Amino acid sequence: MSIFVNENTKVIVQGMTGSEGTKHTKRMLKAGTKIVAGVTPGKGGQSVDMDGKHLPIFNTVSEAISATGANASVVFVPPKFAKAAVIDAVDAEIALVVVITEGIPVHDVAAFYAYAVSKGKTQILGPNCPGIITPGKANLGIIPADITGPGKIGLVSKSGTLTYQMMFELRDFGFTTAVGIGGDPIIGTTHIDCLRAFQDDPETKAIVMIGEIGGDAEERAALFIKEYVTKPVVGYVAGFTAPEGKTMGHAGAIVSGSSGTAAAKKEALEAVGVAVGKTPSETANLMRKILNG
Amino acid sequence: MDLFEYQARDLFESHQIPVLAGAVATTPEQAYEAATKIGGKVVVKAQVKVGGRGKAGGVKLAENANDAKEKAKMILGMDIKGHTVNKVMIAQAAPIASEYYLAILLDRTNRNFLVMASIAGGMEIEEVAHKTPEKLAKIGINPNTGIDKVKALEIVKSGQFPSDIADQVADVLIKLWQAFVKEDATLMEINPLVKTADGKIIALDGKVTLDENAGFRHPNHEELVDHAATNPLEKLAKEKDLNYVKLDGQVGIIGNGAGLVMSTLDVVAYAGEKYGVKPANFLDIGGGASADVMANGLSIILGDSDVKSVFVNVFGGITSCDAVATGIVQALEILGDKATKPIVIRLDGNNVEAGRKILNDANHPLVQQLKTMDGAAAKAAELAGK
Repeated sequence: MSIFVNENTKVIVQGMTGSEGTKHTKRMLKAGTKIVAGVTPGKGGQSVDMDGKHLPIFNTVSEAISATGANASVVFVPPKFAKAAVIDAVDAEIALVVVITEGIPVHDVAAFYAYAVSKGKTQILGPNCPGIITPGKANLGIIPADITGPGKIGLVSKSGTLTYQMMFELRDFGFTTAVGIGGDPIIGTTHIDCLRAFQDDPETKAIVMIGEIGGDAEERAALFIKEYVTKPVVGYVAGFTAPEGKTMGHAGAIVSGSSGTAAAKKEALEAVGVAVGKTPSETANLMRKILNG
Repeated sequence: MDLFEYQARDLFESHQIPVLAGAVATTPEQAYEAATKIGGKVVVKAQVKVGGRGKAGGVKLAENANDAKEKAKMILGMDIKGHTVNKVMIAQAAPIASEYYLAILLDRTNRNFLVMASIAGGMEIEEVAHKTPEKLAKIGINPNTGIDKVKALEIVKSGQFPSDIADQVADVLIKLWQAFVKEDATLMEINPLVKTADGKIIALDGKVTLDENAGFRHPNHEELVDHAATNPLEKLAKEKDLNYVKLDGQVGIIGNGAGLVMSTLDVVAYAGEKYGVKPANFLDIGGGASADVMANGLSIILGDSDVKSVFVNVFGGITSCDAVATGIVQALEILGDKATKPIVIRLDGNNVEAGRKILNDANHPLVQQLKTMDGAAAKAAELAGK
């Protein structure tokens, strides 16, 4: 089992014909992902060769779905066109849209998120995220597929490279699914959505949750863990040394006044019994102890 | 990006939000000229991006232009909570009958926008929220439907604004929403929104934060950047398209990915406690760590006189470690004699063996490799503490 994506997920790539889209389509295919088509407005009717696999290109997501039965999309289009791409996917009522694009104006994200909620058919992951991987079955996004294989741990993280680092640290155990939810101020799928899904997934035995400064998502996740999650959870929070009022790489990673600090997040998680590591390696060791019983 | 009050005033004016006459001055002479133009009594206000300037003596009433010059002399150069006052705003003075509060902001928690409205204006809104929450109306705004007349009047009613000004306040709110959307703002606050003695509603002071991700839609926002306040190293990094934040420690940091770099800072800070050192900066070189990017990053960090050692922490995900290692070796060649500080490198992930070998073969006298992030952080801290 896994969460959100599995071996039956049929994937289209929006922006497949761009350089990032092409590069990552090849990587996703190599990781075993069932990619069935690309969408680039104006290039419908063409087809592209991805290391020997020919994929049709459509003008719209709904055309791609009609022709291929796709149920998930990965978005690689540049920030300027990202809103239109996501709206197109939501209009086509696709089940999952993974938005990799970094640097989308927050007004655009707020608009497409609200639109998806009003339609009620589409889950959005991201934006500004590395995507989601169920090792050996599906890889939607840019997470390296060869770090580790299938296993018992569920991982949810705001950060891409910390996701990779943690998968690497725990590579001997493997993962059911690892989800990078992204570091923007507004994101579609949250820590809580992933925690709920991991709790409900019988194959996930334990959960690693990685947070960072900004907002109150970790604090709210802590409350959710208290009321819903019975599986062991270990946590890590980045940004203890971040100064107030400075954006640290991710658009959402900012301490405003006294809110959004790493210390408050760590405290909230520990208050509900989540062991929080001081460093990524220490966090991995906490998980190691749990899994080794 | 946070704006100064005078920039917020000008932006409001350009969107037909009622404001008083005002102009910015960097010298007492300019203050005199501005006050002459406005005429009558004026207020001289320190332009700093921090609250509490009134209490600090940064806002003074002037009787006439000569007085404005004197008051500007007093305020320019002041230090307000670590911010030096380089500019003052000369604003028309107005007899105030009542003070209110109005703001639109990004609501991360609810993933939409939020209007806050209150008849308790002129004080810190956190204080109002804490002491008299019943006086603060908070209403979520759907980004796709926004604020029309009906919504605006509903908000004005929830905010308990007197009925004689309801239409005027609603009108300001609609214009504020239009400005908020058109300018891609994440915060537009009017505090106080005032009713003058003759019954007019005016935005007396404002705070605006603009979304830098939306810069491609707003080439004019570039003019609003406060270059004087930008750290020279941060400025240089921005020119080279690097994600850099200057901090006050001694261990220079380069890493890939925002989360990993934040984590690196923390790990260095823990390790540094023993040696009395801290991270000197945040620098995320992103996914593709090419030689050029690495050279630019290293040169900025080595150009920071506070830096005593450098920690390069890379987890090869999409980028392979051999490419990163090659980048480092080439960067050190480009820098030549300019590279003078010890550099601790931790590589892991994609193609790590090849990467480590490239660094070993290069055998640069300043470089040493460690295999773990925690170990490398401890080494870099130790070297900086010497």
